[in-house]
Amino acid sequence: MSSSSMAVIFALDALAGAVFLLTTLGVVANRQVLASLQLFIAQSLLLACSAILLGIATNSLHLFAVAVITVATKTVLIPWVLRHTVSIEVYRTREIDRVLNIPSSLLIAAALVVLAYAVANPMLNAVHTPFAKINLPLGIAAMFLGVFTVVVRREAVPQLLGLLALENGVFFAGVAIVPDLPVIAELAAAVDVPVVALVVGMLTRRIHVRLGTTSVGRLVALRED
Amino acid sequence: MMAARIFYNLLQVIFVIAFAPLVEGVTTKLKENLQSKRGPSVFQPYRDLWKLFHKDEIISDYTSWVFRAAPYVAFAAPIFVALLIPVLTRYPLFFAFMGDMLGGGFILALGGFFATLAAVDTGNPYGPMGASRTRMVGFLAEPVFIVVFLTVSFVAGSTIPYIVQLRWVTPIANFFEPSHILLMSAFLMLILAEDGRIPVDSPSGAFELAMIERSKSLEYSGRGAALMKWAGAMKFLVLICIFLNVLVTPWGLAAGMEPLEVLIAIPLVLLKILGFVLVLVYIESSLAKLRLFRITEFLGAAFVISVVAMITRLSEI
Repeated sequence: MSSSSMAVIFALDALAGAVFLLTTLGVVANRQVLASLQLFIAQSLLLACSAILLGIATNSLHLFAVAVITVATKTVLIPWVLRHTVSIEVYRTREIDRVLNIPSSLLIAAALVVLAYAVANPMLNAVHTPFAKINLPLGIAAMFLGVFTVVVRREAVPQLLGLLALENGVFFAGVAIVPDLPVIAELAAAVDVPVVALVVGMLTRRIHVRLGTTSVGRLVALRED
Repeated sequence: MMAARIFYNLLQVIFVIAFAPLVEGVTTKLKENLQSKRGPSVFQPYRDLWKLFHKDEIISDYTSWVFRAAPYVAFAAPIFVALLIPVLTRYPLFFAFMGDMLGGGFILALGGFFATLAAVDTGNPYGPMGASRTRMVGFLAEPVFIVVFLTVSFVAGSTIPYIVQLRWVTPIANFFEPSHILLMSAFLMLILAEDGRIPVDSPSGAFELAMIERSKSLEYSGRGAALMKWAGAMKFLVLICIFLNVLVTPWGLAAGMEPLEVLIAIPLVLLKILGFVLVLVYIESSLAKLRLFRITEFLGAAFVISVVAMITRLSEI
């Protein structure tokens, strides 16, 4: 592959990475459940874009498979599962239940992105693929932000979306470090993740039916007397 | 050569003065059209200005010189900025090295500062309220401005806008840098906040209690009102020019010194502005106005985006 088209792919991957990070920040700071879901779909699409770009650059069929599986599970299957298991009221209401307010959680998110870059820097010495320079720090940042979403949100569905954003971050970093990741690993994850979504969706439905809310932050006692 | 540079510089100023009301008119018209309304003519702001300039001006006896001076200061500020920034040409003009982007920011802030003082100067209860709200939005926007300018000048190695704009397109791969895209989104959010556009403030709102930006000039009449209105439109146009010509699309500007090239740049720049206005109208029509204390969230998001842009830049990707 010529170096000029390589540079273009590099630039496009960087662009996908930037928007990927923006959508992840959106998953952290968003106010509405439905918007969180849409941002997660956008994030998964960008992950697929990055995988395709890297697949073109490294001539790796595995990465195209990763892209296809990502699009199939994360933009089609999981939203479908979540829409059908969780009742529509959850999407209609505005989610305001969170531990920290939005500006302070955004500031912490910014600090986490800085931390991700600090953590990724020594790792980059060990990895010698050119795209790791973009994907590794952004993937680690998305992992941190996903964990942070689970911590800072108190509603079940946004917490789940944080978990899934974390998973996307792992793959975003992974496609750059290990271009020949066995498809079986990706397939396993592709089966796992919708099951997680299904379980959490069913659980949320139960909680919603029983308590009239999905704010799991209020569930403090193991059983009511 | 020197004469041409001075002349083009003045031409930029004339461009800003002449087309600012048109840009405002087109924005209003397109917004109304998008909402299935007919909307006023695109030349309505010119007619408004003409009408206001022919009306009597009433100034309260209880106001000081600040109130009388503010429209002139506010009107002059965007003119000075237009001397510094690339509006029509790609190469620096005569006054371009008089001040950098920070200088331009300071001049615009000076105009805003006088408008705020003038609003407090009157006895009208809505003026000071709008003024304090504008300051609130202003001090939330300030860190974003600083980080954006810092990153931009770090990337380009200069704070002169003419040097910055070339950096983004030479080579073209620079355009897709993550930090560039993030900076663009942060600056777009800043423009929305600075100009009182919809997620932050409603430009066409007529309800004084909900106003942020517009209630500051409620007390003006006649020539003062015309100047304030014109100054607002010019500030908007200058911000768009900074956004489009320095940060986003440095194409379509005149590259040579030929008068024809500079003249062709005028419709091209107007076309770019039309594209931007379409995006703006789409944003304004699809979002709802935020509650006052949610503005911190909006500008907090802009701040985080700009900080992330800085980080991705400093870590050299």
